[in-house]
Amino acid sequence: MGEGERTEFLSLLQTMWVIRAFEEKVSELYSRGQVAGLLHLGIGQEGVAVGVCSLLRRDDYIFGGHRAHAHVIAKGADLGRLMAELAGRSTGYCRGKGGSMHVVAMDVGFVTATGVVGGNIPLALGAAFVCKERGKGQVAAVVFGDGAGQVGAFHESLNIASLWKLPVIFVCENNGYAEFTPLSAHTLVSRLADHARTYGIPNTTVDGNDVLAVREAVRSGVERARSGEGPTFIECLTYRLRGHYEGDPAKYRELSEISEWKAKDPIARLANALKEKGILSEKEISEAEPRARKLVDEAVQFALAAPWPDAGDLTSQVFVGG
Amino acid sequence: MSEKTFLEAIREGLREEMARERAVYILGEDVAVGGPFGATKGLADEFGTNRVVNTPISEGTVVGLATGAALLGFRPVVEIMFIDFITLAMDQLVNHAAKLHYMSGGQLGVPLTIRAQEGAVGSCGAHHSQSLESWFLHVPGLKVVMPSNPADAKGLLKAAIRDENPVLYVEHRGLYWSRGDVPEGDHVVPIGRAAVRRSGKDVTVVALSKMVSVALEAAEELAAQGVSVEVLDPRSLCPLDLDTIVTSVRKTSRLLVVHEAVETGGVGAELVAQVQAAAFDYLDSPILRLAAPFTPVPANPMLEKQFVPAKEDVVNAVRRVMGLAQS
Repeated sequence: MGEGERTEFLSLLQTMWVIRAFEEKVSELYSRGQVAGLLHLGIGQEGVAVGVCSLLRRDDYIFGGHRAHAHVIAKGADLGRLMAELAGRSTGYCRGKGGSMHVVAMDVGFVTATGVVGGNIPLALGAAFVCKERGKGQVAAVVFGDGAGQVGAFHESLNIASLWKLPVIFVCENNGYAEFTPLSAHTLVSRLADHARTYGIPNTTVDGNDVLAVREAVRSGVERARSGEGPTFIECLTYRLRGHYEGDPAKYRELSEISEWKAKDPIARLANALKEKGILSEKEISEAEPRARKLVDEAVQFALAAPWPDAGDLTSQVFVGG
Repeated sequence: MSEKTFLEAIREGLREEMARERAVYILGEDVAVGGPFGATKGLADEFGTNRVVNTPISEGTVVGLATGAALLGFRPVVEIMFIDFITLAMDQLVNHAAKLHYMSGGQLGVPLTIRAQEGAVGSCGAHHSQSLESWFLHVPGLKVVMPSNPADAKGLLKAAIRDENPVLYVEHRGLYWSRGDVPEGDHVVPIGRAAVRRSGKDVTVVALSKMVSVALEAAEELAAQGVSVEVLDPRSLCPLDLDTIVTSVRKTSRLLVVHEAVETGGVGAELVAQVQAAAFDYLDSPILRLAAPFTPVPANPMLEKQFVPAKEDVVNAVRRVMGLAQS
């Protein structure tokens, strides 16, 4: 294995740790009232975001849902500006006006998250439409949960993407629950990738807690999209280790189920795999976590030292130019 | 200057903007074959079907797709065949297109135009006849324009396509085959400026879209009855040119608002609130509204005729504002 490949593996591990450390810190700030509002954490789902974004170029686009911090970070966003956004500070990506569910980081091609389940899918089609017209091999990826599989826009979008051969990668983070309800109570379609088959879109279902498996699926999807062959649908089976939102005690899930998934933690799995194969040393692996926590601490310092928006920000930017 | 129909003026505006700017795309059901009214007829031949794009019947996703393309610098024009179907695109228009500039702290812009056709004409029934513009006036981030004649149809459309914000451009089906002089060349009507269609001194009538021509006919008849009516056409509901309206009301001291949408919660309510706050001391009588009754639009031709304000209704409403007996 070459040094380049080794660095890439280390980077996957490092990014997953940064996401984990970031979200744990956000949870802490939330409990202290330093982050307000509705907060949806994806702790336990890091493998999907990192697997997808590690194969995107900087000039590719990605759209997230309401649980999108991981994708913003994995696409390469600045941690300080992201933390400041969540803390409502004027140095945030959106000047503190968007918050957790409306992050936009155009400097790295994270076009937008959304607070409406499935609302991001048509937007991603628009980006893919632009990519196709530009003809520079760019692609758009869109991430949504299993709950989005029952939304009308999901089906309309799969149909149009397939019909027009749009360079889009549909990434379904199937964590088994739409808010408080298991998928089985919302649909009899147990594999959401089956919907893609209906619309003639190549599809696969992978272990979303195995970042390397996610990468393999995404790699072929990105290649197809870049070469003009159209969309791909990737269903990633994963699990959120916390509730739907911070403050949700998630009593609708058995403790045994949670421990089962804790044992499949995507970060530990990658670390073990890399250690077993002798790709990374124990030292390299053990340094990843503290390095991540330090980066996050610096982001918090940047965020909390920043000023709040001023009164004029309330009514500015309603319209471009006014 | 040459005489054109409202539809021809729309088509000319679209053609000129497509020729001028490569980022302009048209999307909608059947647009590549001209659509049911012919607004986009011939454009696919001229600009290709990759820029004049037929879409499936998926209004929500098409508006979302166009919004997503606009975020990256395209300037899409979406045709909503009947404004009644815009209900299917509310999430994308209201939650995404309208708000992304604000929510992103200015990182994103949405230079999107939605052409939507409305009006109770031809017994098309409750799903093909509504006037829904007031809903969109309630959404921060959306501009709303309503041309009332062919010249404005072209000029406002060109302005909408060049605007950096999402603009809902509302066309009245009953105006499509009306004729009027349209300036040649690059005729752009700035969004946010009302037009005085007839000068008068006794009463101001603010009329929207097709009601402008109805108000003008009524004004002619009222002139014969000794009442001098000033007719204003706001052209743009958001932003609203309140100054022009208030200037007129300060002169005439009386105001009637006329629109085809149902009265309750309509644009008239907003106009009345804004004008009374700005010109209360000048008013000699309560501001009245004349609009459709609070019912779905009936398919029955006799009932549909009663639903839409007619010239006689405007004459009588003006006389009420003036404190005169009904004619």
